[in-house]
Amino acid sequence: MFEQVLFYVFSGLVLFAAAMVITVKNPVHAALCLVLAFFSSSGLWLLLEAEFLAIALVLVYVGAVMVLFLFVVMMLDINIAELREGFAGYVPVAVLVAAAMLVLLSTIVGHVNFGVDSIQGVAAHASDYSNTKALGMSMYTDFIWPFEIASVILLVAIVAAITLTLRKSRQTKSANPSNQVAVKSGDRVRLVKVPSEPQE
Amino acid sequence: MQNLCLAIVGAPLFAALSAGLFGKQIGRSGVHWLTSGAVGLSFFLSALVFWRVVIGSEETYNANLYQWLSSGGINFHIGFLVDELTATMMIVVTFVSWMVHIYTIGYMHDDPGYQRFFSYISFFTFSMLMLVMSNNFLQLFFGWEAVGFVSYLLIGFWYTKDTAIYANLKAFLVNRVGDFGFLLGIGAIYMHFGTLDYVEVFSQTSALQDKTIEILSGYEWSLMTVICLLLFVGAMGKSAQVPLHVWLPDSMEGPTPISALIHAATMVTAGIFMVARMSPLFELSETALSVVLVIGSVTAFFMGILGLVQNDIKRVVAYSTLSQLGYMTVALGVSAYAAGIFHLFTHAFFKALLFLAAGSVIIGMHHEQDMRKMGGLRKYMPVTFITCLIGSLALIGFPGFSGFFSKDAIIEAVHYSSIPGAGLAYVAVLGGVFITALYSFRLIFLVFYGKERFDEKTRSHLHESPLVVTGPLVCLALLSVVSGGLAVSSMLFGDYFGSSIFVYPEHDVLAALGAHYHGPLAMVIHGLAQPPFWLATSGVIVAWFCYLKSPEIPERIAQSLAYIHRILLDKYGFDRFNAWFFAGGARTVGSFLFRKGDSTLIDGLIVNGSAKVVGWGAEVLRRMQSGLLYHYAFAMILGLITLLALFVHSGFFAD
Amino acid sequence: MLALADYLIVSAILLCLSVAGIIMNRKNVIILLMCIELMLLAVNTNFIAFSRFNDDVSGQVFVFFILTVAAAEAAIGLAILVVLFRNKKSINVEDLNSMKG
Repeated sequence: MFEQVLFYVFSGLVLFAAAMVITVKNPVHAALCLVLAFFSSSGLWLLLEAEFLAIALVLVYVGAVMVLFLFVVMMLDINIAELREGFAGYVPVAVLVAAAMLVLLSTIVGHVNFGVDSIQGVAAHASDYSNTKALGMSMYTDFIWPFEIASVILLVAIVAAITLTLRKSRQTKSANPSNQVAVKSGDRVRLVKVPSEPQE
Repeated sequence: MQNLCLAIVGAPLFAALSAGLFGKQIGRSGVHWLTSGAVGLSFFLSALVFWRVVIGSEETYNANLYQWLSSGGINFHIGFLVDELTATMMIVVTFVSWMVHIYTIGYMHDDPGYQRFFSYISFFTFSMLMLVMSNNFLQLFFGWEAVGFVSYLLIGFWYTKDTAIYANLKAFLVNRVGDFGFLLGIGAIYMHFGTLDYVEVFSQTSALQDKTIEILSGYEWSLMTVICLLLFVGAMGKSAQVPLHVWLPDSMEGPTPISALIHAATMVTAGIFMVARMSPLFELSETALSVVLVIGSVTAFFMGILGLVQNDIKRVVAYSTLSQLGYMTVALGVSAYAAGIFHLFTHAFFKALLFLAAGSVIIGMHHEQDMRKMGGLRKYMPVTFITCLIGSLALIGFPGFSGFFSKDAIIEAVHYSSIPGAGLAYVAVLGGVFITALYSFRLIFLVFYGKERFDEKTRSHLHESPLVVTGPLVCLALLSVVSGGLAVSSMLFGDYFGSSIFVYPEHDVLAALGAHYHGPLAMVIHGLAQPPFWLATSGVIVAWFCYLKSPEIPERIAQSLAYIHRILLDKYGFDRFNAWFFAGGARTVGSFLFRKGDSTLIDGLIVNGSAKVVGWGAEVLRRMQSGLLYHYAFAMILGLITLLALFVHSGFFAD
Repeated sequence: MLALADYLIVSAILLCLSVAGIIMNRKNVIILLMCIELMLLAVNTNFIAFSRFNDDVSGQVFVFFILTVAAAEAAIGLAILVVLFRNKKSINVEDLNSMKG
C-alpha cells in the first residue's frame, strides 16, 4: 500500500516535471524542472530495487549533466522571446501527435498485456541483497566488452567536446601554405618607374 | 573430280579478282584475254565433266571440301554435288558466259569501265557456278546472293545514269523480297530436317511428308507445302515471276551483254534450277506445284502481251524472257522438271543469241534502241539478221529449231497433267505461243524489214558488227538450231537426269508423253499438225500483216482499244502500285515512325521525358529536404507512430 | 500490488510528453536536448521495470550503458551548441538550414 502511494507520488512528480520542462518559458526553469524529473524517477527506480542506478542517475545526471546544461544555458545569451515564437501554434499538433502515440503505446503496454495477471513480479529481495554487487558481477563478467567500449565512447566524447570548443589562441603564429603557394610576384615586389636624371 | 571442280570455279574467280584489283596494271587487252581465257578454260573443263558424268555415266560426285564453320551441332560446308543436272547447268553457264565474254570485247570496246566490266562478269560466272554446283542450301544461298549482287552491280554499271541507278535499286529491293522467302524456306528446312545438306534432306522427306505445322494457332499447314512455297518465293524473285517480275524489264538499263548473260540465260534461270533441284520436296506438295503452275502460266501469258507494246528493242526481248521463264515455271508446276530444264537449256542459247543480236543492232545504230527508228537493217547487217531470225524462230518454237522441242514438250506436258490449274495453264501456254510469235516477228519486221526510218548520218556509219560480235552470234545460232534436236531424246524421255530429279510416277507426265515419242524427226513432223504450230504461224502472219503490209493497223487498234492499250503501257500498273503502296507506304510509315515514334516517343517521351520525370521528382524531393531539423524530427515521429500503428494493427499482442 | 503495466504506462506518458515537447519547442535547441534526455529517461525506466519483473539484472546493465552514452551525447551536443552559438550568435533551429537543398 505504501509502495503504491510512493509510486503515484513519484509518477505524478515525474510527469508534472516533464510537462513543466516542455512548457516553461525560461530554459533555466526548464533545466531545474528536468532535475526534478530525474530526482523523482530515481525514486521510481528505487521502488524497482535498482538502487545503484538510482544513485548513479542522481549523481551523474543531476550532478554533472544537468549542471552542464545550466551552465550552458546561463552562459549563452539567448533571446527567449524569439525562441518561443510559434509555440502556441504548435500546441494542437503536439497534443494530437502525443495523444495518438499514447493511445497506441498504451494499447501495447497496458494492463491487457503487462497487467498483474499476465506477468508476476518476483518477491522483494532479501535485505542483505546488494544490487550494486549483482550489477557489478554481471557487468564485469558477461558485459565486459561492452563495458570497455562504453569507456572508449566516453573518452571520445571528452576529446570531441574539448576539440569542438577549443579556441585557437591568438598568440599562436603559423604559416598558411596555401597562401604561400598562391602568392604572386606583384604582391611582393612593386616596380616603380623613376624618371632618369636629365643630362646636363 | 575434286580438282576439276575447283578449277572450274577457281578460274573465273581468279580472273575476276585479278581483273578487278589489278585491271590498270594488266591493261585492257590483258584483262579480256585473262577473263575470257579463264572462262573458256572453265567451259572446257565443264565439258569434260559433262562428258564424264552424262555420257560416261560416272558416279554422282558429292563431297564437302571445306568446313566453313561448325555451330550448335550443325556444320556449314563448302562442297560440290555434280550430277547430270549440275553438269547441264555448268555447261550452259560457262558456254554462254564465254560467248558473252568474247562478245563484250567488241561491245564494250570504247567503255571506260572495260576492266571493271570483265571483272564483274567473271565474278558472276564464279557465283553462278557456285550456285549450281553446291551440295547444300547454304552454299546455294551464297551463290544466290552473289549472283544477285553482281546483277545489282551490272544493272547499275553506268552509274552516272539516273535510270540505271533506279533500276538496280529496284532489282535489288525486289530480289530482297524473294530472298527473304527463300531464307525463311531454308530456315524451315534446317528447323525440321536438322541439316542443310541436299542428300541428307532428301533422304528424310518421306518421314516428314505428312507432318503439319501451326504457324497461326488453329491452322494446320503441311510442312512440305510451307517449305516449298517459301522456296518458290525465292524462285519468283530470282526468276522474275509475277508479281516479283517488275525488276527484270528495268534491268535492261545495264549493258546488253549483261542482259544476255544474267538477265536472260543464266541468273534468272537460277529459280528454275533451284526448283528442279528441290524436286524431291516439291513432289510432296501438290498445293505448291499448283501454285507454281498458276504463277508460271500467268507470267507466260500476260508478260508476253506486254512485249507487244514495247518499242525498245531490248525491252521486247526482256518481256519475251519473262514469258519464257513463265513457260519453264509451268513445266515445273506439272512436274515436268526435265522439260523445264530442257527449255532452260535451249532458251539460254536462243535468248542469249537474241540479246546479243539486239546488242549488235544497237552497236550498228549507235546506241539507238527505239525500234521505230530502225527498219530495213537486213541489207546492212546480214549476219545479225540471219542469226536474229534463227533466234526468233527458235523462240516461237518453229518445228526443227531447239525451242520447238522444249516448248512443245512443255505444252504437251501441261496437256497431260492433272494438277489443279492445268486447264488454265494449257490455255495460257497456247495463247502464249501466238503472242510470242507476234512480238518476235514484230521485232524482226520492224528492225530488219520495211522502210529505213533512220537519218542519213546513221546510215553512213551503219555496217555489220566486227567478228568478236558476230562470232558468238554464229556459235549461239548454231546451238539454237541443233541443241534441241540433239538433246531431246535423252534429256526429255531418256534417263538423262538419272537420280538428280525425282518425280512421283503419278505426276510423271513426261513418261506419258514418251509413250508417243518416236524420235526427233517424228516429233517435228507431228508438230507440224499441232495447234502450237498453227498458232505460231498465225502469229507470224498477223505480225507481217500489221507491221509490214499495213502499218497503220496497230495504231488503229491502239486507238480503238485505248483503255487496254493504256493498261499495257502501264504494265498492268505493277510499278505504279509498288511505287504507291510499298515505296509510298514505307515512306509514310517511316515518316510516321520518325515523327511519332522517334521524335515524340523516343526523344520526347523516353529520353527527354525520363529526364523531366527525374527533374520533377527531384523538385518534389528537394522540397522535402528543407534542411530544417524539426521537419526531420517530425518525420521521424510520424514514422514511429506509423510503425506503432502497424504493430498494434497486426495483432502482435493479440493473444 | 503494482503491475509492470503501471511503470510502462508512466514511461509511455513521459515519452509522449517529450515528443510533444520536441514539436512545441521546435526552435530552442536546448529544450530539444532536454526532451531527448527525458525520452532516454522513459526508456531507462522501461528497462529497469522489465529487469525487476523478470528478475534479470541485464536490463540494468543496459541502463548503465545508456546512461554512459547519454552523458557523452549531452556533452558533445552541448559542445556543438556552444560552437554553434559562437558562430551564428543564435541557437534558433530555423537558422540551422545550411543543408537545405
